[in-house]
Amino acid sequence: MNKDFTEIWVYLSTTPLLGLTITLAAYLAGSWLFKKSGNNPLVNPVLIAVAAIVSLLWATGTPYEIYFDGAQFVHFLLGPATVALAIPLYNQFHQVKKTFGALIAALICGSITAAVSAIGIAWLFDGSKQTLLSLAPKSVTTPIAMGITEKIGGLPSLTAVLVILTGIIGAVFGRVVLNLVRVKDKRARGLAIGVASHGIGTAAALQTSEVAGAFAGLAMGLNGIATAILIPVLVTFLF
Amino acid sequence: MLATLTALLVFQLLGEVISMALNLPVPGPVIGMVLLFFALVIKGSVPDDLQATAQGLLSHLSLLFVPAGVGVLLHVHLVAEEWPAISAALIGSTLLTIAVTALVMKLLMPKEKGDEQ
Repeated sequence: MNKDFTEIWVYLSTTPLLGLTITLAAYLAGSWLFKKSGNNPLVNPVLIAVAAIVSLLWATGTPYEIYFDGAQFVHFLLGPATVALAIPLYNQFHQVKKTFGALIAALICGSITAAVSAIGIAWLFDGSKQTLLSLAPKSVTTPIAMGITEKIGGLPSLTAVLVILTGIIGAVFGRVVLNLVRVKDKRARGLAIGVASHGIGTAAALQTSEVAGAFAGLAMGLNGIATAILIPVLVTFLF
Repeated sequence: MLATLTALLVFQLLGEVISMALNLPVPGPVIGMVLLFFALVIKGSVPDDLQATAQGLLSHLSLLFVPAGVGVLLHVHLVAEEWPAISAALIGSTLLTIAVTALVMKLLMPKEKGDEQ
């Protein structure tokens, strides 16, 4: 019986079916727990799903490449989903127009804060130069962040990890911070989450309201552009 | 559903082509988002089936980040080496950025009744 199971496992681990099913099942479990907790952001479905899958891959000694054979079908949809963010943005555009000046000012302040504070805090904790450079673009969406890191001499693969962690931190603790600084307006809340924690933050904001989601999606796109311009300039001043 | 999904992919493809042709730092899907936004402005409304497809995709946007999140495991040793500096910077900077952005927006935004809900 044991041998049979091993054979089944060997077969399944060569097909994409397993990676895909595990991804969906782990996320559904995470979403179920999220709803059970009364939509508590600390019970983040992405975090739960990632933790569960990582544990499973470790326990079974499965390489990431084999898992990704199946998971790539989910990963692929990130592209069209990003394009689809144009729709909430269009639906809420009257709100964007009304607040455009404030939005741009807040975006620039947020973009500078994200880069300078990440470099500053890591420097205080004796981070190496390569770590400091790899941290600088952590708040923008992965492909932009990796491009920036490559340009300024950081480590793009480290940046990819830092970007995902930043997204999860923003999605999990964003609401706590926003309540702490007493910002109730959905437009300001969405914008802040989108600037600080890109797509993962935007996904969390979309779960609270379309207004917050639209501002978060817009902030994510604009901050990508702002950061790509800002960081190379900043780095020549700081290093 | 199929037609609208195809439309999203066409906009993404256009975005990728523009991004590569002009050597822009902005990824294709983000440019695709901008292009679709302008297309909607020109059209003047969102077609119902496009709205439905977008809602379907975006209501599970979190799910789409799971495979990349699992990929963190591949490079987790990179973080382990300097974890005190990295964790302090990630948590401190992310929370500070949220606070600063939200407060500046709140301060400068035109005040209107009924906006705060």
